[in-house]
Amino acid sequence: MAAPVNSVVNSSAKCSSFNATSFQKKTRSRLISIPGTRPSVQNGQLLVSTGVTSLDYLLGGGLAVGTVLLIEEDRYDSYSRMILKYFLAEGVVCRHELFVASAQHTPDDILQELPSPILDDVAIHKPVEQPRLSHEPQDSLDAMKIAWRYQNLPKVQTALASSSRFGHYYDVSKMMEAEIREAAKCHRFYLPEHPTQSSPTHSPMLESYSALLKSLRDVIQREGFEVTAPMSKSRNILRIGLHSLGSTLWGDDLCCHDNPRHGHALTTFLYGLRALLRSSLSVAVVTVPSHLIQNRALMGRITRLCDNAIALESFKGSEREANPLYKDYHGLLHVRQVPHLNCLASQLPDHKDLAFKLKRKQSHIQCGILWPFHLFIYFDL
Amino acid sequence: MFTELNSILNTSPDSFTQGDFILVSGRQSDASFLIHHFLSFYLRARCKVCFLGLVQSFSHYSAVCQRLGVSLAQAKEKRQLVFLEGLQEGLSVFIPQDDTTGNKALSFLSRDPMVGLQNLYEFVRSSVSSPGGGEEGSDGSEQWGPPVLLVDDLSVLLSLGVSARAVLDFSHYCRASLCSQLQGNVVMLLHCEEEEEEDDGDDEGSERLLKGLIHQCCLALHVQGLPTGYCRDIHGQVEVCWRRRQGDGQHTQNKVFQYKVHDKGASFFARGTSSAVL
Repeated sequence: MAAPVNSVVNSSAKCSSFNATSFQKKTRSRLISIPGTRPSVQNGQLLVSTGVTSLDYLLGGGLAVGTVLLIEEDRYDSYSRMILKYFLAEGVVCRHELFVASAQHTPDDILQELPSPILDDVAIHKPVEQPRLSHEPQDSLDAMKIAWRYQNLPKVQTALASSSRFGHYYDVSKMMEAEIREAAKCHRFYLPEHPTQSSPTHSPMLESYSALLKSLRDVIQREGFEVTAPMSKSRNILRIGLHSLGSTLWGDDLCCHDNPRHGHALTTFLYGLRALLRSSLSVAVVTVPSHLIQNRALMGRITRLCDNAIALESFKGSEREANPLYKDYHGLLHVRQVPHLNCLASQLPDHKDLAFKLKRKQSHIQCGILWPFHLFIYFDL
Repeated sequence: MFTELNSILNTSPDSFTQGDFILVSGRQSDASFLIHHFLSFYLRARCKVCFLGLVQSFSHYSAVCQRLGVSLAQAKEKRQLVFLEGLQEGLSVFIPQDDTTGNKALSFLSRDPMVGLQNLYEFVRSSVSSPGGGEEGSDGSEQWGPPVLLVDDLSVLLSLGVSARAVLDFSHYCRASLCSQLQGNVVMLLHCEEEEEEDDGDDEGSERLLKGLIHQCCLALHVQGLPTGYCRDIHGQVEVCWRRRQGDGQHTQNKVFQYKVHDKGASFFARGTSSAVL
């Protein structure tokens, strides 16, 4: 999205998204920075972190705002769900808004399982305190005397500084505290709560998907995420997590038959989703149980309608688990597609053989080239 | 536009054959860089262009063409370019607003898509027909050259539920009106999936569509990945097939090139002569 980036963020040479101070360069266009985003070094697009720093690296620095990341689920939906939770947790920490849709688990179940951020300088955002602090600092008796320059800044400075960082680390063994989680605004879509109305049109999209698309569009319009919305209010990013689209619980028979009757329902929905995202400040992560979809041509179409696509193949329960080659790793990660928006060439990753693993007791990324031509990327536990 | 491709195809914005139906197909590779080439080529050749941008937003095409030296916004203002933004039109069909005044080009999405692409064809037809009336000519509005239709891409229509036969009909109608009647050109992009085994059941249409379009076209550019696998310096190969009708029957000529796409264009070279190799 070249146009939205230019309107929201100044040209990448001049701006910094890490607006930790109130100093702002006087530039021609209004500088608006959204916490938790940064411009891409390659083409200036606005990027958000997926929550997994090494995955950000694979995708070219992060997930571009306005794009979709497709995750082909592993067999038991364990690691794909984990990435989805990382994505949502990153949204909570960066104070983006969330939209969670699921047909199987209630969105609250997913939200309660978000991993807890590791850093201790992520202050809990207390919305009650902040208005008082930012409005009247000069009346307080303990106004700062020496550091008078910082007097007018809100006192949750450290929280702003850390949450405007790009990418955080999480501890999957602990759940995110309810306080932090509830501070984030979250919209939910749980399919059983939306009774299917018979649609008057014969569109190839299923009612469940069109209800989801309508709900998304309503949230985007109501909360002002559209790119064309007035610039007066502060802008934020909407993170959309759609769990297990294409599974039978959504009413789709993609996973049941080789030649499904609703073969075009999911692709039509993805087309509508792309249209919604390109015109708003939002990012979507969609997981699809691709191991159940037999029709490879259809899977190829689904992949092409998403901008980024990765596939996870876990070793659990497969014969590869016993393979000594893979004994340190939990699964393979295939990069199916990287986007090339607003430019001719896409930034393909250098290496295509990737494996992932969850490491305990580490708080930093470790990448190592263990074999020639192979790069192993780790997640953090 | 890519100068090396122009020399391969023996064309230039000043002199190009009219009445051509060009098919660009990609198998497991993204061939959309060629559509950007043709878009900038025909805009520089001062043709009246109708572009069905079904896959990406207008700002994407605009940003890429900016790097190739052509401004889409200006072309749109001067009415040289008619752009159909498929994403926004499609969304307004999926979720109808109260004030539906949008054009009906994609109305097949709300009705049964098997019906056909008539409205889309009507849209194309109306946008390339020359502006009538002396008032517009005396306005000083420029007269553009032969009409050109560019479609990016046809496989999205298949993904939206349109049958291969309907797409073939649409391409036939476009070819008949644009190429034969109006002596313009048509360029269509199609993505195919990896080859399926020959089993029973319908083949999703893209193979059938590809075969039908190859039969109709007079120039085909097939983009695919290298047979030896992924390579960072050579992004793939392009097979250029001319199918000219000479006096004594069909004359086909095939040439294979390898290509690399970079920021401001693409370079084409004979197999094995990539600068990374030599």
